Formats: sequence, structure tokens, C-alpha cells
Amino acid sequence: MATILSNAATAGARAAEAPRPRRGKRRMSGWHFVLAPVSLLFAIPFVQMFLASVSPAAELIAYPPPLVPSRIDFGGFIALFTTTDVVRWLANSVIVSLSAIVSHLVLCSLAGYGFARLKFRGRTTGIFLIIATIMIPTQLLMIPTYILFSRWGLVDGLGAAIVPWLASAFGIFLMRQFFLSLPPELEEAGRIDGGNRWQIFWHVILPLAKPALATLAIFTLLSSWNDLVWPLIAINNDEAFTVQLGLANFQSTRRTQWELLMAGNVVATLPLILFFLFAQKQFVATMTLTGMKG
Amino acid sequence: MSTMTVRGRGGRADRPAASGRRRSRVARWREDLGGWLFVAPAAVIVLGLSIFPAGWAFLLSLQEWDGFSEPEFVGGDNYAELITDADFFSAVQHTGLYTAMFVPMSLFAGLFLAVALNRRIRFIGLYRTAIFVPFVASAAATGILSTYLFSPQFGLVNNVLRTIGLPAQGWLEDESQAMFVIALMSLWGQAAFTTVLYLAALQDVPGELLEAARLDGANRWQTFWRVVWPQLAPVTVFTAIWQTIGSIQLFDLVYTTTRGGPLDATKTIVYYLWEQAFRRLEFGYGSAVAYALFGLTLLITIGVVVYSRRRGTEAF
Repeated sequence: MATILSNAATAGARAAEAPRPRRGKRRMSGWHFVLAPVSLLFAIPFVQMFLASVSPAAELIAYPPPLVPSRIDFGGFIALFTTTDVVRWLANSVIVSLSAIVSHLVLCSLAGYGFARLKFRGRTTGIFLIIATIMIPTQLLMIPTYILFSRWGLVDGLGAAIVPWLASAFGIFLMRQFFLSLPPELEEAGRIDGGNRWQIFWHVILPLAKPALATLAIFTLLSSWNDLVWPLIAINNDEAFTVQLGLANFQSTRRTQWELLMAGNVVATLPLILFFLFAQKQFVATMTLTGMKG
Repeated sequence: MSTMTVRGRGGRADRPAASGRRRSRVARWREDLGGWLFVAPAAVIVLGLSIFPAGWAFLLSLQEWDGFSEPEFVGGDNYAELITDADFFSAVQHTGLYTAMFVPMSLFAGLFLAVALNRRIRFIGLYRTAIFVPFVASAAATGILSTYLFSPQFGLVNNVLRTIGLPAQGWLEDESQAMFVIALMSLWGQAAFTTVLYLAALQDVPGELLEAARLDGANRWQTFWRVVWPQLAPVTVFTAIWQTIGSIQLFDLVYTTTRGGPLDATKTIVYYLWEQAFRRLEFGYGSAVAYALFGLTLLITIGVVVYSRRRGTEAF
């Protein structure tokens, strides 16, 4: 698996940059007739989401529904921000994702480096156990983790959402694969200059790991921001809701207020869409490397 | 992965070897400690939140427990009950139906989109963005969108059907169509993933092979099916396993669209597990369901790996 993943990663990065429209090539390709309608189909749900979020409430449940709203109406957004705790949920999601990312970057790169490059007793067993846990479905862990967290008093607080995201087997594995690919001469040079393990790690190795760290950060952002099952189980107190959990709850309680639901959808999804557009190439590399979104 | 015997020998040993046995023992101990300082924080979290709960889940699966009263040891009773549980089997069937729809669709869509996107034409960046952006949408957002688009009364999909003169459908409110809608919207959200894997694999197909096929007079179809497609076999096997494992764990999108309905038609294994454990507080029985899911995952993985090894297409 290791090889196909790392092959896919490099190839994915290449795929992201390779097919650029060649300058001066004006011949109409037949593939436009395939790609244009398909792209439109993929875009339609999002277009509907944005249109619906700025539509007057009555037009969303009118029959037949108008294709384009007769006027722009921010009622949905106003209702969202005045009648719900969405700001707090967003803040909670930001806290959960930020701590997940920071903790992942620090702990997984340390562990990945240790398992890749340092020699110590128990290393082989350690990395074997960690890779083996990737095969355990998270659903198997839900019940005992819930019981454990409720004993620790974490349930119903933000801590419950944060703790499982502090580090992951996948993150350790990813960083280890990256560090294994670096030439050992780098560390030798650092050692000759009199650096110890920490100094070499911080000053020599980590600056080289930026692409791998970016991949890990995106992976962690996507999976922690969009997580629904675990918050659903562990958090019943709406002050500690994440934005996804808040949205999912709207679904049952506010089903008639489509303009509000769609405004919530926009607010919860837009940060990641903007981020995607900004870091598209890195996203594609991350996608190739990870099988997230089960 | 190098073995432990490498330590202390060879060119990369960071201490002189001939510095006395006691000092080297101390040095070795320090080296062990140094290594563990690097890996321990992450390792403790990952192993503590997986190996330990996984073992505990097995113990729970042998008990009857609601979380409050004394747990009662019942041995294999939960598993015995599971085998005869009609609700569990219909959940397995619903999950199987989804998997049977989603996995082939996502492989086909990924291959098709990758081939289409793998060219140097105008607007290719725009096309790629349109197809890739849904990947960042969460299950909650996708669920709400699905419910709106496929609403029998005011949804866009039925409106299009009416416009072209086809009868409106019940979609998520129709028990024979709900799972199809869920599979379709999963595909919307995840097509980017299989596309990117196939795109990467396509770019790895050696150019000489294509050149050779062209010289032998093969047309585009022949080149694709005889030359390119066999080269994609490992990625196809890998993606198929990955998507199958993901599919049998379907929960989020069901929760945010139908909550298992209508008439339990979209109740999947994980939905059933969640309901048993966190609605009915049957922690023991829920754990048995979880282990059944784990077993199913392992069987599928092993089965596909063995099959593909025999056929000589190794993905792992």
C-alpha cells in the first residue's frame, strides 16, 4: 500500500499542474461536449445552494419553483444569525479544527520522524501496531470511546470533539513515509555541525517537510471540519455543537425554513470552498494520498 | 523497514563503538529514551484511542449492558442473536444495495472523468474545479442539498422531469428510490477522489506503450482497452477496496437525508449500530454489530487481495 500511496501522491501533484491549456491552440476539442455538461451537473447543487440562500422564503417552496429568485433576500442569513447559535458553532468548529491541525502537525511529524529515522528499541513493533490500527473501523471504537469519555467527564463539552483529533495513525504513517524519502546525508551534515536530534529535526528536517505538512494540514482540516458522527454521539449540549452538528439538527427541526437551512449550508461550506480554490494543487495531492470521506 | 540489529553498527552510528561497555549501555538507553520522546505522545494517543477501545468493544460484545446497571456477561449470545436478527439482515441488505450501486458508479465515473480531464484543452481548469469542489462539502451540507434538490414538491430534479414531460418521482420519500438518491449524491461528493486516483495512474502509463500501440495501427478504443486499461488494474483494485470499505460504513448521508427511512429502506449497518448503541443503549449488542462490520471489512479486503494476487495485479 505504501508504494501505491506515494506513487499516487507524486503523480497527483503532477496531475494537478500538468494539463494546462496550451497557448495558441484554438482548435475546438470534442471533449468540451462531454466536459461542459458534466461540469454543469456537478456545479448545479452548489448554485442551487447559493441561490436558495438569498431567495425570499416563499419562493423556495413555491410550485413551480422559480429558477432564479425574483430578488435578493438576506432573510435566511438574518434568521440564521439572529435565531440560532451559529456563530458559537462556527467558533467551536474553528477551535476543534485548529487544535486538530496544530496537534497533528506537531505530534505526527515528531512521531513520523522518530519512526523513520531514529533507532530505538520497540520501534518496529510500535510502527507496526500503529499501521495496524488503520484497519480498525472507527465505528468499532465509538461505543467504548463514548463510555470512556463520559467517565472522564468529557462528554457534552468541546473536549469530546477535540481529543480524538489530536493525532492519527494516518498522519504518523504519512509523515514517516515522507521522512523515509529524504536522503540521510542531510542529517549527517547536521550532525557534523554539532547538532543534536532535536536541533537537526527542527532546523534541518522540518523546513524540508513543508509539502508533507501542508498535505497533513489539509487532510486534518477536511476531516475534522466535516466530521459529523462523533460530535453527534458525544455532544448533546448545543453550546458545544460544531457547525456540522448544528446543521444536521436544523434538518429535523427547521425543515420548512429552507432559506435558513441553505444560509447555514453556505456558512458551513464556504470556508472550505474558498480554501480549496486557494490551495487547489495541494488539495489534489492530499486527495490522492488519502481515502478520507468514507 | 530496517530491523533493530542495524543499531550501533555501520556508518550511521553516531557514537564511537570502542568507548567501553558501560558507557555504550548508557548511550543505548539514552538513545532509546530519545527515540521514544519523539514518538510517544502521538503513539500513546493513537494506540490508546484504538487498540484499547477495540479490545474493550470485544468485551462489551460479550455483555449485556445499558451503561447504567451492572453489566451482565452473556458470552456469545449477542452474536447468536445477531445471526437471527431480521432487522440486522435488512440493514446488511440496504448496505449491500448501496455498495452495489455506489462502487461501480464511482469507479466508472472516476475513470471516465479522468480520461476526459486528462487533456490539454481550454477551460480544463474550470472543468476540473467544478468536478473537484463538491469534495469539500460535508455530509450535513450534502444531505440538506439532497433533500432540497430531490424534494418531490419543489425540488429542481422533479421540476426538470416535469419540464421534459416525465412523471415526478418520490425520490427520498420513495422506499425504492431513496438509496439511489443517496448513492447519486455520494457520487457527487466523492467523484473527485476516484478521478484524481485515475488521473494520477493515467499519467503514469509509459508513453512508449502508447507510441507502440499507435505504430501497430491501434485506434483510440483499442489503445485504451488493450494498453491503458490493463495498466490501470492496480489502481482499480485499490480504489475498489477503498470505496467498498467506505460504502459499508455509510452513515452520515443517511442520517442527514432520510434518518433510515422511508420504512427503514435506507437503514444501513452503521445506522443500525448507532441506533442500537446510542438510542436504545444496547452497548453490548451494538458492539457485536460493530465486530460483525469489522469482520465483513476484513473478509472483503482479504478476498479482493487474494483474487488480485492470483490474477497478478498487485495493488498492495
